[in-house]
Amino acid sequence: MKYKVLYYVNQFFGQVGGEEKAGVKPEFVRKMVGPAMGFNGLLEDKAEVVGTLICGDNYFNENKQEALDYILGVIKEEAPDIVVAGPAFNAGRYGMACAGLANAVIDELGIPVVSGMYMENPGLEECRAKAYVVETGDSAGGMREALPKMAALTLKLLSGQELGKPEEDGYLAQGRRLTIFVEKRGSQRAVDMLLARFRGEEFKTELPMPVFDKVAPAPAIKDLSKATIALVTSGGMVPLGNPDRIQSASAQKWGRYDIDKNVALMGDYCTIHGGFDPVYANEIPDRVAPLDILRDYEKEGKIGGVYKYFYTTTGTGTSVANAVKFGQEIGKELKDAGVDGVILTST
Amino acid sequence: MKLELRKISIKDLKLGSEMKLQDGVLTIDPQAVIDELMEDVNVKNVKVDIARPGEKTRIIPVKDVIEPRVKIEGPGNGFAGVTADMEQLGSGKVNVLDGAAVVTIGDIVGFQEGVIDMWGEGARWTPFSTTYNIVVDIEPVEGLDPHTHERTVRLAGLRAAQVIGEAGRDGEPDKIEVYELGNIFEETAKYPDLPKVVYVEMLISQGLLHDGYVYGVNSQQFLPTLIHPNEELDGAVISGNCVAACDKITTYQHQNNSTILDLYAQHGKTINFLGVVLTPELTTLAGKFRTCDYTAKLCKGLGAEGVIVSEEGYGNPDSDLLMICKRLEDSGIKTVLITDECSGWGGDSQPLADTTPEAVAVVSTGNVSHVVNLPPADKVLGNDRAIATLAGGWEGCLEEDGTIKCELNAVIGSTSEIGYHYLSVEEY
Repeated sequence: MKYKVLYYVNQFFGQVGGEEKAGVKPEFVRKMVGPAMGFNGLLEDKAEVVGTLICGDNYFNENKQEALDYILGVIKEEAPDIVVAGPAFNAGRYGMACAGLANAVIDELGIPVVSGMYMENPGLEECRAKAYVVETGDSAGGMREALPKMAALTLKLLSGQELGKPEEDGYLAQGRRLTIFVEKRGSQRAVDMLLARFRGEEFKTELPMPVFDKVAPAPAIKDLSKATIALVTSGGMVPLGNPDRIQSASAQKWGRYDIDKNVALMGDYCTIHGGFDPVYANEIPDRVAPLDILRDYEKEGKIGGVYKYFYTTTGTGTSVANAVKFGQEIGKELKDAGVDGVILTST
Repeated sequence: MKLELRKISIKDLKLGSEMKLQDGVLTIDPQAVIDELMEDVNVKNVKVDIARPGEKTRIIPVKDVIEPRVKIEGPGNGFAGVTADMEQLGSGKVNVLDGAAVVTIGDIVGFQEGVIDMWGEGARWTPFSTTYNIVVDIEPVEGLDPHTHERTVRLAGLRAAQVIGEAGRDGEPDKIEVYELGNIFEETAKYPDLPKVVYVEMLISQGLLHDGYVYGVNSQQFLPTLIHPNEELDGAVISGNCVAACDKITTYQHQNNSTILDLYAQHGKTINFLGVVLTPELTTLAGKFRTCDYTAKLCKGLGAEGVIVSEEGYGNPDSDLLMICKRLEDSGIKTVLITDECSGWGGDSQPLADTTPEAVAVVSTGNVSHVVNLPPADKVLGNDRAIATLAGGWEGCLEEDGTIKCELNAVIGSTSEIGYHYLSVEEY
C-alpha cells in the first residue's frame, strides 16, 4: 500500500494564471499539477500524490475562512496521510496561504504538513512551530533543490521514524527547546566557550536570547472612586487546603475564588508558592495580595469596589507560554465582568 | 594558598557496629551518627540508612548533599564558622571520602527539595546516583519555628558529614589533587601573556530555604565578595536548602565546584585564573543594582579579561545574571553565562525571565520543566508522597504502583547551573 499525499499550490504553480488569477476560488483536481508532478517522482514508489488543491493567493488571504472550509472539506474526504504545500519561496501571500492551511490541517485534522519557504517569507513564522518547513531559495529557480528535500522529509515522516535534529533531517527548527545529554559537562563547555572567545574562534551560544513582547499600558482610570478593582496575584495565595491543587512551581493552572465576604485574605488563605520564604506571607497573606487595604479604600470611597473574585496562580518556574495563556484567560473574564483596573502582585 | 585533596576512593558502603574505612569499604555505625546529631536539643529523632549505586532505591525529599571529609593537616577541620570554630580555610591536607555522600532528608516547611533515584532512568538525571549515599533522616522536636527548623536540619547534615569523614583520617589516598594559586600579582608575573579570568558564582539569597552561606554568614548579608577558590573547595560555602532541587548548588557541589575545577585545569596553560566572586541574588531592585554594579566593579578592578558567571535558581535571578553580563560586556570583558531555562513542558516557551543582547555566549544546562518518568522503586528512603507538593511535582504525579512523573525541577542537581551535570538544550 502506498501512502497518500495531497498537494497544495497557488494559482501560478497550479497553472491557472498569474497575478490576474490570484482571486480564483480553491478547486481540487484528482491529478498532479505543477510541482506535484516532480514531487511525486521523488517518492520512490512508497507514496503517491492523489490530487492537487489549487487556490488563488488573494482569495485565500482575503477569504481565509471560506477557503479553509473548502480545503479542509476536501482533505477530510480524501484522508491523505500527509499534506504538502508549496514550496512558496519568498512569495509572501503564497507563504501565508501555505501557513494558514498548515495550521488548520494540523490543528483540526491532525495530519502532518510539509512545506518549503525562504527564510524571510512571513508564512514561515506563522507555521514553523507546527509544520515541517524546508528552507528554500528566494525564487522558483530553487525548485529543483527544494523538492528532493521536501520529498525526503515527507518519506521520513510517513515511515513513522522519529525525526532527528533539524539540520539532520532538513527542516527548519520548530522552536521546541529539548533537553539532551551531551559529552562535556556544563562547566567544561563554559570554559571552552570562553577560550574560543579569547582566541577569536567561532562559538555557538546554547541559548539565543529571547525576544520579548511589549504590552502597551491601558489608559489611566479617570475616576477611581467609581472603578471596580480586581485583585490578581502570581504569589501562589490560595484558600487553605489548596482546593484546586495549583502547583507550587511551574503552574499549569490558575484559580478563581470568591472574596465577596472577606475583609482580608488573612485566616482563610496561605501560599503554596515554592519560590520564596513563605513564613511572612503566611503570617499575613494580605502582604502578598492586599485585600485588606483594598477593603479600606472601598470603605473610604477611594475606589468604587473590589471585584468579587480573586485570581491567583504560582509565578515561579511557570513557563511564559502558560503565563500568557493565564493572562489572556483571566483578562477576558475581568473584561467581560466590566472590571476597570487590576492590582497585580508578584513575589 | 595550597590545598591538597587526598582522595580515597570509596568502593562500597555498608552498615556495621563501628565506623571504619578499610580497603575502600566504608562502614557506617548508625548509632555514632545518631549520638552526634542528638546532642542538638532541637533534634528529636534521627534515622540512618544507605543507598548504593544501582540499587532500586529512591531518596525523597532530599534536602542537601555533603561530601564527608577530614582535614589531617592545616587549619579548619569541618565547616568553619558553622559546625566548627572559625578558621581560615583553603590550605592544608584533606582526606576526602571520594565517592561517598551524606544525603539529608526530612520535611521542613512548604514545598521543598528533590528526588535521587539510584538506578535506571532516574539515575541518568542526577549526579548523586553514582555516589555511595549515607541517607540521614532528621526529625526535629515539635514547635520549632520554620527558620530554626531549617537551621537544625542544615547543621545536622554538615555534622553527620564531619563524623563520617573522621573514618578517613588514617586512610591512604588513591590520588592526590593539589590546588595552589598565589596572589594575583604573583600569578600574573608567572603568566603575563595569559588572559585573566574571574569566576562569578551567584548564590540565592532570598529567605527561608533560599540562602547560601559563606563561613556561616547568610549571603543576604554581604556585598559581592572575593574568595580564593580553595576556600570554597575546602568547605567555606554551604547550601541553605533551596526549593528547586534541579539547580540548587548542594554543599557537595560547592566542595567540588565544577567551574572552579575546570578553570583550575586551564590555569597557567590557557588562562590566568584570578579568583571567585560570590554574588548574592537579592529580591529587591535596589539590591540587584547594588550587587550587579559591585560585581562588575570587582571584576574590572581585578583586571579580568574574561568572566564566567553561574546562576543559582531561576526567575528573578535571571535578571541579575543578565545585568551582570551587560555590565561586564560593556566594559569589554568577555563573558560566558551558565544557566538553565524554563521552556515549559513542550520546550516551546520563552526560556528566560529577562533578556539582553549582550548575552552572546550562554551555556544552557537544560529545561527545568522537562518531564521525566521514573519507574517504581523497590525501596523508598523518606516519603515518596512528598513529590505531590515539591517544586516540579503535582497532585497525582505519583501513581499507585510508585511510578513518578515529574519535571526535572524535582531531580537533585539535574540542571546544575555551575555546570556540574551533562545536560544541554537543543532547538528542534
